[in-house]
Amino acid sequence: MTIQNSFCTFRVGNLHLGVEVLRVQEVIRAQKMTRIPGSSEVVRGLMNLRGQIVTALDLRRRLDLPETDTADGQMNVVVRTSDGPVSLLVNEIGDVLVVDRDQFEPPPETLLGSTRDLIAGSYKLDGRLLLVLNLDAVMKVAA
Amino acid sequence: MLDDIVKEFLVESYENLDQLDRDLMALEETPDDRNRLSSIFRTIHTIKGTSGFLAFPTLEHVTHVGENLLVRLRDGELRLNAEITNGLLAMVDAVRAILGNIEAQSNEGTETYERLISTLEDLRQGRSSKTSVVTKPESAEIAVEEVVRELQDTVSAAVSPKESSKKPRKTRSKKEQPPIQGGPSRTTEPSRIVEPSVSEQSAASRIAADQIEEPEQEPDDHGPGNGSHGETSAAEPGSTRRSSRSMSDGGDNDKNSSVADSSVRIDVHLLDKLMNLVGELVLARNQILQYSQRTDDAGMTAASQRLNLITTELQEGVMKTRMQPIRNAWSKLPRVVRDLSMSCGKQVQVKMDGAETELDKTILEAIKDPLTHIVRNSVDHGIEAPQVRAAAGKPLEGTLWLRAYHEGGQVNIEIIDDGGGINTDRVRQKAVEKGLVSAEQAAAMSDREAIQLILLPGFSTAEKVTNVSGRGVGMDVVKTNVEKIGGTLDIHSSLGQGTTLRIKIPLTLAIVPALVVTCEEDRYCIPQVSLLELVRLEGDRARKDIELMHSVPVYRLRGQLLPLVYLDEELSLRRHRTDEERRSADIVNIVVLQAEDRQFGLVVDQINDTQEIVVKPLGQHIKGISMYAGSTIMGDGTVSLILDVLGIAQQAHVLSEHPSRQFLDANSNRNEQAGAGESWLIVDPRDGTRAAIPLSNVARLEEIRTDSIERTGRQQVVQYRGQIMPLVSISEFGQVESDETGTISLVVFNDGYRNVGIVVGKIVDIVQQSDSVDASAASDTRIIAGRVTRIVDLSQLAMNA
Repeated sequence: MTIQNSFCTFRVGNLHLGVEVLRVQEVIRAQKMTRIPGSSEVVRGLMNLRGQIVTALDLRRRLDLPETDTADGQMNVVVRTSDGPVSLLVNEIGDVLVVDRDQFEPPPETLLGSTRDLIAGSYKLDGRLLLVLNLDAVMKVAA
Repeated sequence: MLDDIVKEFLVESYENLDQLDRDLMALEETPDDRNRLSSIFRTIHTIKGTSGFLAFPTLEHVTHVGENLLVRLRDGELRLNAEITNGLLAMVDAVRAILGNIEAQSNEGTETYERLISTLEDLRQGRSSKTSVVTKPESAEIAVEEVVRELQDTVSAAVSPKESSKKPRKTRSKKEQPPIQGGPSRTTEPSRIVEPSVSEQSAASRIAADQIEEPEQEPDDHGPGNGSHGETSAAEPGSTRRSSRSMSDGGDNDKNSSVADSSVRIDVHLLDKLMNLVGELVLARNQILQYSQRTDDAGMTAASQRLNLITTELQEGVMKTRMQPIRNAWSKLPRVVRDLSMSCGKQVQVKMDGAETELDKTILEAIKDPLTHIVRNSVDHGIEAPQVRAAAGKPLEGTLWLRAYHEGGQVNIEIIDDGGGINTDRVRQKAVEKGLVSAEQAAAMSDREAIQLILLPGFSTAEKVTNVSGRGVGMDVVKTNVEKIGGTLDIHSSLGQGTTLRIKIPLTLAIVPALVVTCEEDRYCIPQVSLLELVRLEGDRARKDIELMHSVPVYRLRGQLLPLVYLDEELSLRRHRTDEERRSADIVNIVVLQAEDRQFGLVVDQINDTQEIVVKPLGQHIKGISMYAGSTIMGDGTVSLILDVLGIAQQAHVLSEHPSRQFLDANSNRNEQAGAGESWLIVDPRDGTRAAIPLSNVARLEEIRTDSIERTGRQQVVQYRGQIMPLVSISEFGQVESDETGTISLVVFNDGYRNVGIVVGKIVDIVQQSDSVDASAASDTRIIAGRVTRIVDLSQLAMNA
């Protein structure tokens, strides 16, 4: 029997990304955001999540992806971190996928630059790749 | 009233005693439970230690003997049996009785418990049988009902242990009645030998023994038994017994409820949780208030107002539970000072002022270490060696004052020494040596700025490592720690006379009043702690009053230049304005803020209102931005950032050395002057004199019509805010006349209990004047603004009302 992992998947730009389902607290629609002047452009702002203040990071900017058109949807994937919940802004939410552990492969050597740390590897799915985010690395945003 | 420390001791001891009762009972079941024995031992030991410390000799003696007995039990030399348990319970009851006396009369009472003590002593030495018979009445005397049943057993057991193990209870008690009756009177003899003075007590115990037998055993035996004890036991023992009973029973039930039952120990985490919940409630309240303002529903409005009040009270209440006197942080300092001064060969006395000033527990914890460090510094570097002091003509013994007081919603803590002060030249020199500043910079610094150098990281005390200073935290860490909790650190020093360190910290961190402003459509909160005043300029004034000093915008605030900082520019929400744009604004809203010792004006788009906000910490991604102190949720549910005034001042270079040195120097000098002077309210009592009132004493200025003045007896009064306020005239020549319009000016003075209206005639001006201008002949007159002016002590005047 192979070990299986569950991933909460979402789309950012044209990337199919996943986060371990246990790290995800909830998925919510776009919220009213308070901008934070002077912060990194990755930090989109603060939102009120039922009385708790949560920082929202723009995952597209974090991954150095090109700006897309604003009509592309915006969703919050709230993940648990050691510093409390943090929201990742994504374009579209996918299914929770259960994948076999042996389908995993670390990123190829040719994946360079700052992005390399952010992607732990990929699962080879039917016809596409599911990129697994290294959440702890994603959280390290230079102020 | 009882001292706080005694009260604490009582509360703690009552708690411990209840535990002790349970422990002893449990111990009877499992006599070998070493842990439980140790715990009992510790409890008694604690009571003994504290009672010795608080000078309660009887209590100390009783617990000491009990402790000795417990030691043997703990070490396994004795095995617990019913007898020993009874002895220990009797001791617990005695302790309780003494505590009751202490609570009721602040002393231990006259009872000496000699008998109990000797019994415990006997038990310790393993002597039991007959002596233990003596014990029983003693214990019974103290808490008859409690031990009555056990007593029956032990008394009989003690008299004939072998029989008791074999024979069933009922027959046994019948049989052995006579020896019990005889027991006490017989044992009076041996006890006399040991303690000749206790005859009265032993007689009392005899009575007590009878009392115990009465209810169950031999009701018929009652009369003769009582009589047979003879003359000595007739009157006095009875009264002794009564008093001791009332001591134990009455004291237990009524009086310790006043101390022990009225306080509860609570886990700090629970309080933290409560505080968080109250914070949430405040947010919800703010939201509801906002909604209710939009509806016309009277019921809703009433309910929300009520909610508002209750929330505020709840918030205050919960905050109070977290308040602790600063004494807790200070208590270890005298010891620190003593040890330190001994090792430095200095003589230092510590004086404390305002030790009862309360502040939040978290803050208290946070300032403990910085305080210790400052005190160490003061003793090590500040106060000179005795011979140096003698040469300088100071008393040999240096003084270290610790002062704490509330001021404007903040707590001020001052650490003052009368030592040598900070030698600014040496500080400059050291700073240059360490490469912290260049020689030119150092030379250009004012003394005041030079003193601040000791707060730089890397300066600290490393230049002068002794075995006392130079370890632990440096002054830079002290500063950081104080600032971390929203406080400020301020140093004043004059060479040869001493140094004053002032720490200003907020009362609490969680909920703070703040001013809400709008900037580029977003709202920001500014903690009111740093807020001085608001200025709004419109039209012509907005265009004219903003002046440019080489493209640096300033505003003349009562004759002083106030540097202006535009919030939108600092937050990079828009590019910097051109000189032309600055001059052509239609409306300028200036929030005058205090950052350390500097003032500056923050220009915002709009000033909204003030609100109680709940401070929430910033996440890791924003924490690094110095301009924000936190975030909060506003009434409409949106998140707002709380501005860090110090951070903004630094960002805008209000506090830095570089951009406009001269300007800042001039500014700081003025501030110093302003700080040294006092603001006076100049009034004209219409009797040809002038009078001045310190503005700090004035609660409000009011104008009233003379026909609203009423009388009660000889006292003139007015109705003021629903209360009766007495009026006093400021004039030395009687009543102050009203002017032709029939109105009269009042200065409202609050002496802490009530408002008093001081009738002043006409209010002329407010002036600032340094104290040092003239030490003229009469101490209560001065020349202010070119006229001889009488200084009025309002508190003195108010006493006449």
